[in-house]
Amino acid sequence: MIFQRVSAAFGAAAIGASLLFAPVPAAATTKIERVISPGGIEAWLVREPSVPLIAMEFSFKGGANQDPENKPGVSYMMAAALDEGAGDLDSKAFQARAERSAVEMSFRASRDEIRGTLKMLSSKQGEGFELLRLALNQPRFDQEPVERIRAQMLTALKRETTSPNEIGSRLWWRTAFPNHPYSLPTNGTLDSVPTITRDDLTAYAGAVLARDNLKVGVVGDIDAKTLGTMLDQVFGSLPAKAQLRPVKQVQPEAVGRRLEVQLDVPQTVVAFGGSGIPRKDPDFIPAFIVNHILGGGSFSSRLYSEVREKRGLAYSVYSYLLPLDAAALFMGGTQTRADKAEETVGLIEQEIKRLAENGPTLDELERAKSYIQGSYPLSFDTSTKIAAQLVQLQVDDLGIDYWERRNALIDAVTLDDVKRVARRLLNGGVLFTVVGRTQQASTAKHGG
Amino acid sequence: MISRRLFVAAAAATTGAFLLGVSPNYASSGPDVSHFKLANGMEVVVIPDRRAPVVTHMVWYRVGSADEPAMKSGIAHFLEHLMFKGTEKNPAGRFSKVLATIGGQENAFTSSDYTGYFQRVSRDRLKMVMEFEADRMTGLKLTDEVVLPERNVVLEEQNSRVANSPSAKLGEEVMAALFLNHPYGRPVIGWRHEIEKLTRQDAIDFYNRWYTPNNAILIVAGDVTADEVKALAEETYGKVAPRAEIGARVRPQEPEQRSVRTVTFADPRVTQPSLQRSYVVPSAATAKPGESEALEVLAQILGSGTNSRFYSKLVIEKPLATSIGAWYQGSALDQTRFGIYGTPRSDVSLKDLEEAMDAVIAEVAETGVTNDELERAKVKLVADVVYAQDSQATMARWYGVALTTGLTVEHIKTWPDRVQNVTADQVREAAKTWLDKRRSVTGYLVKEPAKPQERRS
Repeated sequence: MIFQRVSAAFGAAAIGASLLFAPVPAAATTKIERVISPGGIEAWLVREPSVPLIAMEFSFKGGANQDPENKPGVSYMMAAALDEGAGDLDSKAFQARAERSAVEMSFRASRDEIRGTLKMLSSKQGEGFELLRLALNQPRFDQEPVERIRAQMLTALKRETTSPNEIGSRLWWRTAFPNHPYSLPTNGTLDSVPTITRDDLTAYAGAVLARDNLKVGVVGDIDAKTLGTMLDQVFGSLPAKAQLRPVKQVQPEAVGRRLEVQLDVPQTVVAFGGSGIPRKDPDFIPAFIVNHILGGGSFSSRLYSEVREKRGLAYSVYSYLLPLDAAALFMGGTQTRADKAEETVGLIEQEIKRLAENGPTLDELERAKSYIQGSYPLSFDTSTKIAAQLVQLQVDDLGIDYWERRNALIDAVTLDDVKRVARRLLNGGVLFTVVGRTQQASTAKHGG
Repeated sequence: MISRRLFVAAAAATTGAFLLGVSPNYASSGPDVSHFKLANGMEVVVIPDRRAPVVTHMVWYRVGSADEPAMKSGIAHFLEHLMFKGTEKNPAGRFSKVLATIGGQENAFTSSDYTGYFQRVSRDRLKMVMEFEADRMTGLKLTDEVVLPERNVVLEEQNSRVANSPSAKLGEEVMAALFLNHPYGRPVIGWRHEIEKLTRQDAIDFYNRWYTPNNAILIVAGDVTADEVKALAEETYGKVAPRAEIGARVRPQEPEQRSVRTVTFADPRVTQPSLQRSYVVPSAATAKPGESEALEVLAQILGSGTNSRFYSKLVIEKPLATSIGAWYQGSALDQTRFGIYGTPRSDVSLKDLEEAMDAVIAEVAETGVTNDELERAKVKLVADVVYAQDSQATMARWYGVALTTGLTVEHIKTWPDRVQNVTADQVREAAKTWLDKRRSVTGYLVKEPAKPQERRS
């Protein structure tokens, strides 16, 4: 199966971290309950009895940015090993119990968070919550699964050394954030992964899996009282406080530069990024609108029109806002023929500049607002998506009533606002990485 | 470009709407799916989901890359792109612009057996998208001004999906070697040298041949009733006159598969060798009763999850591989594929891993599977049916895939029941009969050796 426009997928994945998460008409039917367990653990719940399942998502603040210095990959490996044996159950026994009840559990590390999901039939909730309790409180980190995961990580890291997307991405982060945790890849390096020990995993879990940095969202066939009991069972024995190192606030460096890496591939991969707007900045929503117009979610953005529709230079071209904890970013990318890379990068630069200087038109503003409001209920169509949104609202600290306020916040944005914010967002310049059969001499080495 | 991940999606697509076994009380409360035909022959499926005031609207055509004429590989997919280029009534970009303004989502997809278009909108916009979609069923208007840049877009898509990816290139080679006669051997996106030559007229010819209401299925999932959809469909699609006769979909069939084949693809960018093998096996549409379900269970037991045979034996017990798995694409109009794949650890050769994988398959074929394995596989497959009901888009896709690959609504509804009835003997028999290497091609992805010294005479 081939999808026509891959940009939608890229856009949506990135947008999930920022704004597109709350229902307008859906608000009428989607009621969020704030559940506080007897032990004081908070979760946001949307009760939905019509499908017999329960979806839970949770976040522990402090992801890869809490990896030990010079050991990137610890959080990634810990997340991968959490469901590989806990308590009295070794990996095989743990997985077999989950399978017998069709309990689906997953953990992942991002730059700023450890995220987890749990999905189960409501008739199997007891088993699901119990397995999650074991995984979070008594992970075994046995040698067999740890060595297996290490081998898998190293295989993937080796593969990435010849992947144009990974080479470009790694170079971008390394150049933009020297001497900062963000310079290091979440999944580690060929140098760091062999050195990670079981003690590293245990220490990381002990420091990060705690109660004061936890946010929980639940959707499904469960009531508030039952959920309260389950929250205490699953999370109640975790340490009260996480031990997090402060992460220094930074701005991306080297904006305005273009780094090229020579790689013998038919298609050149372009990535770019610069400073964005923090999620809690009053300019975030205008910036979100500006980005939507430039290269955001719909198929009518300026980049889509100029690069793809008019000139056929690329299949996918997009931009997005990435407001991280320690740096707010504006990012994007495309892939094009080697002999068209120069022209494509030039077009992107030109469109960024044009929007920065002249701002959007009133028509673009109105259509963008309409899209952002109208597409809102579509991100609430599955329990797992709603649970993720419930967590994101809490992580971003937007308030339990944000879903009701959101339309008004968007309506309030004026043409002057977006013109001003377009300058603020887009005038700072971006750092480009270009990987492929570059036309000029290589200006950067790849690897690591 | 038909990646492993997409095959999983396609395989899941044969699963159904009702649940039996895991949560019996739910079987009766699954969605009340309606299925009927308009006077012009267009089929309609309505899947109610009242949780949010949104709908997923899809039109599926019973045509895909396996229906393409010779030398025109990629035309089904290229036409799918060109369907966004406007009609007599709605010039290029209008439909997309309207959707972009109201906050609707849209996309389209092409496979060997089907081509589909979908929008996700709030329920009050359903009629509007039906009007647009009905209009482009017959009114497509193309000029070289839009066709030629879009062909470049498709060529870049081919670069992204295939040319830049050594494993995707190997996948194409395996498919081409596997199907001796059936057009499934052609990449859905097409061969590059043929894509480069596709014209406006090729697209129009393909469109006129296949895009007609009597070859289309409307699927609406979401906050609507069957009666509402029926009335709207009659007002919109119902007014489109059939414009082509659609006979039986007969494509060249496979001769007997009788030789063990291998394909080796070498690329300097390969850092770790890997292997993938595909067998020609029956699909849900071509299988004898119970056979396709047994293959589904076999794929689950053999290669899905860390407790599968492959993973537990060859990754955990005897660590030869870093990744390994098996899959079965049940949904296909004609004979389909069962696949296995693996990446050896850095100190293990491809040959050693392959022999070990063959030994695991031989064991299943000879001594069968345990009751515990059988039960776990069934729990998983049937639970997936419930999980799927959480997504109206997934539900819509299941029905679309089924109806375009020779199955019926009834088939979907009874799928969990039929999975429950699979016996250990049937699983062993499926492995023995169908996982015969003479029905397969094994592809090896290896690092290209350093270029030999230039010889001088």
